[in-house]
Amino acid sequence: MHADLLLAAWTLAKILAISVPLIIAVAMYSYWERKVIGWMHVRMGPNKIGPWGLLQAFADVFKLLFKEIVVPANADKPLFYLAPVLAVAPAFAAWAVIPFDQGVVLANLNVGLLYLLAMTSMGVYGIILAGWASNSRYALLGAMRSAAQVVSYEIAMGMALVCVLVLAGSLNLTDIVNAQAGGKGLLDWFWLPLLPVFVIYFVAGVAETNRAPFDVAEGESEIVAGFHVEYSGSAFAVFFLAEYANMILISFLASVMFLGGWLSPFPASWGLIGQGSWIWLFAKAFAFAFMYLWFRATFPRYRYDQIMRLGWKVFIPITIVWVLVAGCMKYFGWITAGA
Amino acid sequence: MTFQLLCFYAFAAVTTLAALGVITLRNSVHAVLCLVLTFFSTAAIWLLAEAEFLAVALVVVYVGAVMVLFLFVVMMLDIKQEPLREGFIRYLPVGIAVAAVMLAEMLALIGVRAMAQVPAPANPAGDSNIAWLGETLFTRFLLPFEIAALILTVGIIAAVALTLRRREGVRHQDPARQVAVDPRTRVRVVKMAAERGQEPAA
Amino acid sequence: MPTLNDILTLLPELYLTGAVCMLLLIDVFLQADQRWVTHWLAVLVLAVTGWLVVSGQPTAPTTAFGGMFVRDGVAEVLKVFALLASGIVLVLSRPYLRDRELHLGEFYTLILFATLGIMLLVSAGSLVMIYLGLELLTLSSYALVALNRDSRLSSEAAIKYFVLGALASGMLLYGMSMIYGATGTLDLGSIRAASATSAHPTLLLFGLVFLIVGIGFKFGAAPFHMWLPDVYQGAPTAVTTFIGSAPKLAAFGMAYRLLDSGMGGLLVHWQEMLAVLAVLSLAIGNIVAIAQKNLKRMLAYSTISHMGYLFLGLANGTPAGYSAAMFYAICYALMATASFGIILALARTGFEAEEIADLKGLNQRSPWFAGLMALAMFSLAGVPPLFGFFAKVLVLKAAIDAGMLWLAIVAILAAIVGLYYYLQVVKVMYFDKPEGEPLRAQVDPSLRVVLSANALALLVLGLWWGPLLAWCQRAFAG
Repeated sequence: MHADLLLAAWTLAKILAISVPLIIAVAMYSYWERKVIGWMHVRMGPNKIGPWGLLQAFADVFKLLFKEIVVPANADKPLFYLAPVLAVAPAFAAWAVIPFDQGVVLANLNVGLLYLLAMTSMGVYGIILAGWASNSRYALLGAMRSAAQVVSYEIAMGMALVCVLVLAGSLNLTDIVNAQAGGKGLLDWFWLPLLPVFVIYFVAGVAETNRAPFDVAEGESEIVAGFHVEYSGSAFAVFFLAEYANMILISFLASVMFLGGWLSPFPASWGLIGQGSWIWLFAKAFAFAFMYLWFRATFPRYRYDQIMRLGWKVFIPITIVWVLVAGCMKYFGWITAGA
Repeated sequence: MTFQLLCFYAFAAVTTLAALGVITLRNSVHAVLCLVLTFFSTAAIWLLAEAEFLAVALVVVYVGAVMVLFLFVVMMLDIKQEPLREGFIRYLPVGIAVAAVMLAEMLALIGVRAMAQVPAPANPAGDSNIAWLGETLFTRFLLPFEIAALILTVGIIAAVALTLRRREGVRHQDPARQVAVDPRTRVRVVKMAAERGQEPAA
Repeated sequence: MPTLNDILTLLPELYLTGAVCMLLLIDVFLQADQRWVTHWLAVLVLAVTGWLVVSGQPTAPTTAFGGMFVRDGVAEVLKVFALLASGIVLVLSRPYLRDRELHLGEFYTLILFATLGIMLLVSAGSLVMIYLGLELLTLSSYALVALNRDSRLSSEAAIKYFVLGALASGMLLYGMSMIYGATGTLDLGSIRAASATSAHPTLLLFGLVFLIVGIGFKFGAAPFHMWLPDVYQGAPTAVTTFIGSAPKLAAFGMAYRLLDSGMGGLLVHWQEMLAVLAVLSLAIGNIVAIAQKNLKRMLAYSTISHMGYLFLGLANGTPAGYSAAMFYAICYALMATASFGIILALARTGFEAEEIADLKGLNQRSPWFAGLMALAMFSLAGVPPLFGFFAKVLVLKAAIDAGMLWLAIVAILAAIVGLYYYLQVVKVMYFDKPEGEPLRAQVDPSLRVVLSANALALLVLGLWWGPLLAWCQRAFAG
């Protein structure tokens, strides 16, 4: 029993070591988003609070925390409060299987990949329930759109991951990263043989997180703010946290699955910079996170039926074909995992 | 009592309570959510039994996809609770009687002890059963696996046959035709002689 | 990995699968008035599959995919007649579907998939295969019943069929899981071997009870017959013709595989259960049928009673009994296509010809069709010298041989009761005055030829039954 307790405490410490930095990262990410989009718009972005506006995000957090949560009339109160929790829980739980470096992972699951799929597919409950419990037509519309979108893109995402699984021969994320190791640096990573799928994975990830240009679930110009229109104060903050945590998660996942995780892009023979390190992983994830913002500043929003068409008629067929291609690569030995 | 056993009882209790909630709650959305919870805690129990793949597949397929669409449908339906209840109360005694008799018969016939004697099946896969499961599905159970795929195909065909309707008079946007528009068919440039107004009276 | 031998053994099924998928794709590119291409292609596919079944039949029973699939004489006979019945259904339904804007490519695809389900079901060598084959068959059937989307009756029938069918599948699965628990194997042969020495005989017996309930549901035997009349009446007649014919062969195949191949060691137990089902089906089917005004509903109750006769043969539990039951199943499938075929032939746009009163004075309008219908009715009633009479004699003999004389007496009494309502139809056709609009039969030549051949076969096979019976007996001899 004593050992059990100790183990539980140790695990709890590891969970905190992941989630606290994650929350801070979300705050800084929102600051960075406003700054980047500001620059792209030839504006200054936040620059008043703290040096270069760095404390802006914390000011926003405190503002939200001290605001009142207004529950709409005839709303389903328990579900109204449950919804943000259901949105944020999977966004955090998924981090349990992300390997940051060789052996640095909270839970080295053999079914890590499936676990991730399960967790990302559960986030939609928060959105649907928020939409339904708000007793608001805009919110319900947003929830409907989101549910259809997330369920559709999950298929493309899942099939894309099947390609990775075929090449790596494992569902364990650490094994997947190790399968991308080799002498040639970035040429060994899965993005090259799986190029179309890699693109689809990231685009589907953007859709899955309801971000621009696929943010019809919010669609502020048509359905004001979609599913979270009735949320205010800390309840809104939790939705915000979930969305950004999910974006960072997708960025890390794309790096782990297709860009070799912590592996160095340079050949192993190049000395120190050829060695794998968590820094590489963070740099890759940062690049993806930046692309999220870049998309938002660049692309106009898709129409709803266009989103559905892209998901069902373009992405899913391509990924299915590429599963076959990946199978052939594996079967004929064109790709050997983990040289 | 080990920690694992404790977990099992906790999950089993949650499963049972949630399952009860599914059939007793008045609000159908709440009932669906209870069903989700039932699935989720069942998956947790399977995890304890080291059936990792089944557990995660249950969450991915049922919790992540099937129940989302189900919730979708239930939210759209405006189900009136009271008329349903009436029938429920009326047939409840009969239902309970039948269920009680069945339960008693089954317990008497099989016997709880006999069930306990069934030895736990050997775990041919060791700790991780995914690789084993995949291999078995594609070798020993290849034929059933492929037939299951055929059944899904039939499901799709049936769904399309039953829902696809070609409506008359629906306007479609055809980008190709939009792009191929020739300006000459849309705008007619007409040359007209300038009209002379009446000369102002001098 | 599958070997070449596995693939060759499964060749008819593989061919059918590929052909259905091709047909599905071809149909998408056809206009509505070109659907005859799909139609004749589907008939051709069935014919080729039948040829593959017969020509590739191994001399000794062969298994493929590690015992999952069995290709023996029983499977061969059942497959040939299931394909034949499906083909007849396709030809008979075309004018009916065309008149009702139901002439969809999906009708053909779903019928062919259902036929594939039947073929897999009757060849099943494992509990999993039985379940999957059955689901392939029933899932296609649910969709077929609901195919007429604008009809409330049709949708209601589909929902009832689906809910009760799902319940039946649940029962069957529950029974299978118990049997697996008791024997530790899914393979039917191993189950039979293990059932004798099982450490949990009560568990096995309990599984058997659930299996019988599931089989009863799928057969539509009383007291699990509730869905059958509503589905027969509500479904488009073309679909009723299908679910009334070929799936009965599948039901026999399933019962044979489960009860004899799998649970043969528990013969004494299931014999009694089947006898009870048989008595109930005979009584309920024949008595309730008398009160029916709707022809399709009456034929549905007649199906229930015929399932009772079929159980007489099954309950015998010897090769002779099985071959009698199989003979009966084949006979019933052909009688069902003939009798429903007449309804299809008489129906036209806006008129279903499904009330018994609709047949008034048919003899004056269309003596040929009236004659065919009379043949079908006499055969269903079991009047000598028709096919139905001889099939009944065989199952009665099987029941007496099994020492169930009382059951045979009940069956004969039931047949006498049944005679009343079958003859009622004949009376209406020949002795009543026509009312309302005159009946006009379909003029489609292929329908006329196939329907006539089908009905006349009832007479021919009644006089010349030897080869068919010999084929059935040979199937069980090995």
